[in-house]
Amino acid sequence: MSATIPLTAQLINLCASVILLLTFAMLAQRRVMQLINLFALQGFMLFLSTLVVAVTTGQSHLYWSAGLTLLLKALLLPWILNRLMHRLQIKGEVEALINIPTTMLVGIGLVIIAFNVALPISQLSHTITRGTLGIALAVVMLAFLMMITRRKAISQVVGFLSMENGLFLAATSATYGMPMVVELGIALDVLVGALILGVFFFQIRDQFDSLDIHHMERLKDN
Amino acid sequence: MTFDIFVILLAIPLVSGALLTVFGERDWAPHLNIIASGGTFIAAVWLTISIITDGPRFAFGEQFFIDSLNVFFVALTAFVGLTTSIFSGPYMKNEAAHGRLTIPRLRLYKSMYQLFMFTMLVALTTNNMGILWVAMEAATLTTVLLVSLYRTPASLEAAWKYFILCGVGIAQALFGTILLYFAAERILGESGNALLWTHLVNVKAFLEPNIMALAFIFLFVGYGTKVGLAPLHNWLPDAHAEGPTPVSAVLSGLLLNVALYAILRCKVLADGAIEGAFAGNLMMGFGLFTLLLAAFFLSRQRDVKRMFAYSSIEHMGLITFAFGMGGAVANFAGLLHMTMHSLTKSAIFFAVGHATQKTGTQMMDDIRGLIHVNPLIGWGLMLGTLAILGMPPFGVFASEFMILTHAMKHHPWATPFLLLALGVAFAAIFGKVQPMVFGETEAKRLPHAPAITPVFLHLAIVLMLGLYIPPYLTRWFQEAARMLG
Amino acid sequence: MISISGLIGQAFAIALALVLAPLLLGWLGMCRAWLQSRSAPPLWQPYFMLRKLFNKDVVLAETASPLFRFAPFVVFGCMVLACAIIPTLSTDLPLAPAADALALVGVFGLARVFISLAAMDIGTSFGTLGGRREMLIGFLAEPALLMVIFTVAMIAQSTSVATIVETLAHRDFIIYPSLAFAGIAFTFVAFAENARVPVDNPATHLELTMIHEAMILEYSGRHLALIEWAACLKLYAYSCLGLALFLPWGIAERDNFMALVAAIPLLVLKLLVGGFLLALLETVNAKLRIFRAPEYLGTAFLLAVLGLLVRLLLEVKA
Repeated sequence: MSATIPLTAQLINLCASVILLLTFAMLAQRRVMQLINLFALQGFMLFLSTLVVAVTTGQSHLYWSAGLTLLLKALLLPWILNRLMHRLQIKGEVEALINIPTTMLVGIGLVIIAFNVALPISQLSHTITRGTLGIALAVVMLAFLMMITRRKAISQVVGFLSMENGLFLAATSATYGMPMVVELGIALDVLVGALILGVFFFQIRDQFDSLDIHHMERLKDN
Repeated sequence: MTFDIFVILLAIPLVSGALLTVFGERDWAPHLNIIASGGTFIAAVWLTISIITDGPRFAFGEQFFIDSLNVFFVALTAFVGLTTSIFSGPYMKNEAAHGRLTIPRLRLYKSMYQLFMFTMLVALTTNNMGILWVAMEAATLTTVLLVSLYRTPASLEAAWKYFILCGVGIAQALFGTILLYFAAERILGESGNALLWTHLVNVKAFLEPNIMALAFIFLFVGYGTKVGLAPLHNWLPDAHAEGPTPVSAVLSGLLLNVALYAILRCKVLADGAIEGAFAGNLMMGFGLFTLLLAAFFLSRQRDVKRMFAYSSIEHMGLITFAFGMGGAVANFAGLLHMTMHSLTKSAIFFAVGHATQKTGTQMMDDIRGLIHVNPLIGWGLMLGTLAILGMPPFGVFASEFMILTHAMKHHPWATPFLLLALGVAFAAIFGKVQPMVFGETEAKRLPHAPAITPVFLHLAIVLMLGLYIPPYLTRWFQEAARMLG
Repeated sequence: MISISGLIGQAFAIALALVLAPLLLGWLGMCRAWLQSRSAPPLWQPYFMLRKLFNKDVVLAETASPLFRFAPFVVFGCMVLACAIIPTLSTDLPLAPAADALALVGVFGLARVFISLAAMDIGTSFGTLGGRREMLIGFLAEPALLMVIFTVAMIAQSTSVATIVETLAHRDFIIYPSLAFAGIAFTFVAFAENARVPVDNPATHLELTMIHEAMILEYSGRHLALIEWAACLKLYAYSCLGLALFLPWGIAERDNFMALVAAIPLLVLKLLVGGFLLALLETVNAKLRIFRAPEYLGTAFLLAVLGLLVRLLLEVKA
């Protein structure tokens, strides 16, 4: 029975579920500002789950990852995005290409697929947080969906970053952490990527006077 | 600390990249760029010789591993990196003289170029599948800024597409890497060794097949995006067409190879774990699909760089198909074709770069009579095109012939598709390049004389390899092919 | 076998529901007033209203059929039954086997059908409009509610509400992430079903927005009193169902008199806190356009489905 699952695993499962919930909330969200806040919250939940894993396993490098997550994903990146929002004076609603209920239905479909894919794996796993892998995969796919269905560059970026969050969840919670070198490298890449995107935003706005990427559909095969 | 050529190989591009960033665009900057690339090449040759004589080795503990497979790519990368830096010297000066680039952009270009070389060398030599991922992502990030160097709307769009698509792709690859770790951890334990390729190879037969199949799918789709495999190839033509030509040359000639190399490393592991030719079939399917799709898109192109970008996709599809077939012959042919494609395609991009600079447009309809403007460029483009289309004396013919005969023998169903794609590609490219080279024109001379040497150097090597492959090179290819299983 | 204490407990639970339900509405009104910086009506306000209405004569429309007169009693009866089978104080309820959680949804559905029919019975445009909107909300809310119940039922391996509460409250404490999803979905549904703010506004008579009020415009006197009381009972029933499913601690088991006594203040406390939170959520949310209501309830349904999926993936061992 499920009563044998230890408390820490339950906590990690809870965190993972909340992250999934937040991803759905992001998918349903119409306002850019709220989107960034939800992203920050997602980062915070990621930090909590990593912390729980760190406490459970006592691996010191996981404390580092947790701290890094808190700093980078919950504080620094949302802050950068917020600054960008204000500097670029982005207002108003995220324009979705497909209406939101349909997106949500597709999202549910993706979750079912992700869970199905992950089920045989989680049955093999010996770590106690087997199910988390499915949730992480679902988060990745939902973030992917968000990137496809959103028009504004900034919401695509939030989608991209929350995809990274999903991957990080898979790395820390499902496998109890990748080797430290790799985690550091990933964190560095995310940071540099976000900075480059920031630069990009300015370039795009200078060129198109807007961050709506439907201006950028000129390159086609003709 | 002992003198280590490998450390120098990695240090040269990193340090020179930093120097170029700090000091900016000085008179000596283009020379430093070339000297650094030359140094990297010398170090790579030295390393290659030492690997050939002493066998595989580790560096930095076990984090880096150089064997006959990747040292071959290292040498190729360093060589094309050197010739591209020679080519880009006058090319970028001309761009600046035309007012398309400012001084800070030149500085950005050179420092990013060296860092890009560094990330590719790291990706090629690392033993850690995690670091491989990090280096691939870093290579994307460095080239994104290179693609958008002109800051035109089109180049920004191309760079954005490149970033987002490759970002998504690379995220899939990370998920695959995590799954790989997940599978390996069960056998190797929760140590840092569980992502080291040399350790993974030793236990590959014990890795859980279900997880490995899923991991390989994710890794293949992820790194495949960077290789330019359909249907995630959309970024490639845009990035090639809108970025500066030296960047197109290294993207086509090197980055695609590095991504393919990553897939090959993963395939070795997947083959060991999964019964049957799951990974091979996947690669054959995607390779063939990519090949056909690219061949049919070729005829619709009007931009010359876009057309050759599609040609790169086509060849990547062919190479993926070859590796998918597996076995010593096909792997040998695949490696040979990778080499030939790198050399030929970068030579073509050099020639195209000069041609577009001369005529001031990338539209093929507006480029005419290159042979009259500059006979060397005209002949370079014509010969390069013939080479890439697989005309007999050139090396591409040899490798394509090997792939075709091997496919006929073991996978006869695929032969008509291969022939069809190659035929369509031939008709499309040749029909368009011919009037560009021979035709009437009245274009002017360029302010800085173009660097023609790299074009003919590459073509000469391709020609030589088509006629005669030196025995040590054959041995080397065979050893690498055997490693791939 | 029906025990004496069970019978007493059952009777007491029903009585308590009848008494507490208007108070809960009063408390909600007070909290809302405070949160909106108004001076609050007294806690007993719903009682005053009920007394006033019971003392008034009934005015019937000329076109009213017997169904119109009959409906308030059916609705009221349904709500009393619902309150009777939801464990509020004790899980030892002799009436509980009469209906499990699924039938409970049916009981709510029966009440909805009757009140909508009655609304259309007179033939005024407002009544018809209200009835149609009510059915729209109901047909979207019911699947979501059923999904929530499925999720909880899977955990307890039973659809009987009493068994669910016993399982959840008296077993080793386990965190169920699926319950978090189900809980949020349930809150969404509860707002919609009880004509609260994001979907309906209980304090308005604007024809563009009203749903529940539009249906009962033609009622007066004791009929209206019964319907208003039934609405209070429905809110109480939903609150207690939510508490029973998601915060079941403190509900007494069979033959445990001391726990039963202790359960009363705990229930009141839970209702006080819950009512305050409900008022808070109502205050911070804006009313949705009626055309957004399907989206709102669709979200609730999706959340409930997610809960079910999470349950299947995370908590069930192969």
